[in-house]
Amino acid sequence: MHRFANPTTFMRIANAVFPWAAGLAVVLFLAGLPIALVTSPPDYQQGDTVRLFYIHVPSAWISLLVYGSMAVSSAAFLIWRHPMANVSARAIAPMGATFTGLALITGMLWGQPMWGTFWVWDARLTSFLLLFFLYLGYIALADAFEDPERGDKAAAILAVVGSVNLPIIHFSVEWWNTLHQPSIVKMGGFTVDGSILLPLFLMLGAFTCYTVAVWVLRLRAELLAVKLRNARMSEVSLSRMPAE
Amino acid sequence: MTVFAAVLKRDLSLAIRQSADTFTVLAFFAIATVLFPLGIGPETNTLARIASGVLWVSALLAALLSLDRIFAVDFEDGTLDQLVLCGEPLVFVVLAKTAAHWLTTGLPLIILSPVLAVTLHLPAQGYGALLLALFLGTPTVSLIGAVGAALVLGSRRGGVLLSFLVLPLYVPILIFGTLSVEAAIIGVSTKATLALLGALALFAVTLAPWAAAAALRQAAE
Repeated sequence: MHRFANPTTFMRIANAVFPWAAGLAVVLFLAGLPIALVTSPPDYQQGDTVRLFYIHVPSAWISLLVYGSMAVSSAAFLIWRHPMANVSARAIAPMGATFTGLALITGMLWGQPMWGTFWVWDARLTSFLLLFFLYLGYIALADAFEDPERGDKAAAILAVVGSVNLPIIHFSVEWWNTLHQPSIVKMGGFTVDGSILLPLFLMLGAFTCYTVAVWVLRLRAELLAVKLRNARMSEVSLSRMPAE
Repeated sequence: MTVFAAVLKRDLSLAIRQSADTFTVLAFFAIATVLFPLGIGPETNTLARIASGVLWVSALLAALLSLDRIFAVDFEDGTLDQLVLCGEPLVFVVLAKTAAHWLTTGLPLIILSPVLAVTLHLPAQGYGALLLALFLGTPTVSLIGAVGAALVLGSRRGGVLLSFLVLPLYVPILIFGTLSVEAAIIGVSTKATLALLGALALFAVTLAPWAAAAALRQAAE
C-alpha cells in the first residue's frame, strides 16, 4: 500500500483508470438513459414515476459508497499517515454531498405522488438527511483551519466517527417498519421485476463509472492546488530573504 | 488513574470558582424552554404533548453552548499542550474533563428539568422517565460533544461549526430520550428505549474518548 504513497505512482494508476471509467460512463449513460427514461415499461402501480427511481437508487448507492471510501481512506490516513488517502477523501467528499442531495431531492419528488407528501420523518429519510449534514460538516471542517494539515486530520477523525451512521442507514428499513420500501437487492434474489432491473443496473454502472472518473479529475485538481500553495509559500519566503 | 482524579478535581474547582458559566447554561435552558409556550400558545394539551421534545431539544442546545468550555480555555493558555506532553494517557484526561463537564452542565440541567416540565404541563407519569432518560442521555451528550469540541479547536468560526458536527450525532439521543418520556405518559414500558439510551452511553464512553484524544493530539501539535 505504501507504494502508492508517492503521488506520481498513485496518479499513474489513477490516470490509467480515467479513460476507461469516463468512456464506460458515457457508453452506459447512452445505453441506460433512453431505456430508463423512455423505452422501459411503466410500473403497474407507480406509472411513469418509477423512472425517478433509476436516478434515485444510483444516487443513494453512490452517496453510501463515497462515504464508505471516505471513512476507509480517512482511517488509513490516521493510522498509517498515508498521504494520498487523505487527498482522496477530500477530493471525493463534495461528490458524496451532491449525490446525497440528489437522492433526497429525487426521493421527495417521488414521495409527493406516491405517498402524498414530500417528506416523512421515517428512519431511512432521517438517517439520510443526517448523512447529508455529515458531508457538509466534513467539508466545512476540512476548510476551517489556517493550516490545511490540521483541517485534514480533524476532518479525517470526523469521517471515521460519522461512519457509525452507515449501518444505521443501511438497516433502517429492516430494523424499523417504515414507509420507505426495503432494499430491492437481497441475498439470493431480487424483489422487483426483471424489466426494472436492466435499466437500474445500467444506471448503477453509469453512476459508479462517472464517480470514478470525476474522482480522478478532482484528485488532479487537489494535487495541483497543493503544488500551487507550496510554490506560493516558497516564493514568499524567498522574496523575504534579502530584507532580513 | 491519578491523572483522572487530578484533572477532574482541577476542572471542578475551576468550574466552582467560575460558577457563572454553569448559571448561564441553566438560564439558557430556562429561556429557550419558556419561548415555546409563548410561541405556540398556552393550551395545556398542546404543551403537554410537546413537553418532552421541547425539554430535550432545549437541554441539547444548552449543553451545546457549553461544549467549548471543555477544552478551549486550556487550548488557549497552553495547559492542553502540557497535558498532552505529560506522558499520562490522554484518554483519561479526556474522560476526566468530560466527567467534569457533565457534573457542571448535565447534572444541573437534570435538576432544573422537572421545574421547567411543570411550566409545560408534562403529565405526572412522565417525570420519572424524563429524569431517568436525561440521566442516561446527558453523559453521551458530553462525550460526543467532547469529540466535537476537540475537533474544532483553533478553527475559524468554531462555534457554528461545532453545532454542525455535533447536532446530527445527537439525534439518536433525542429520539430515544423523547420516546422514553412519551412511552411513560401513555403507560407503555420504557425499558426498551431507556436500555437503548444506556447502550448509546456505553458505546460512547468506550469510543468517544479515543476519538477526542486523537483530535486533541493533532490540535496540540
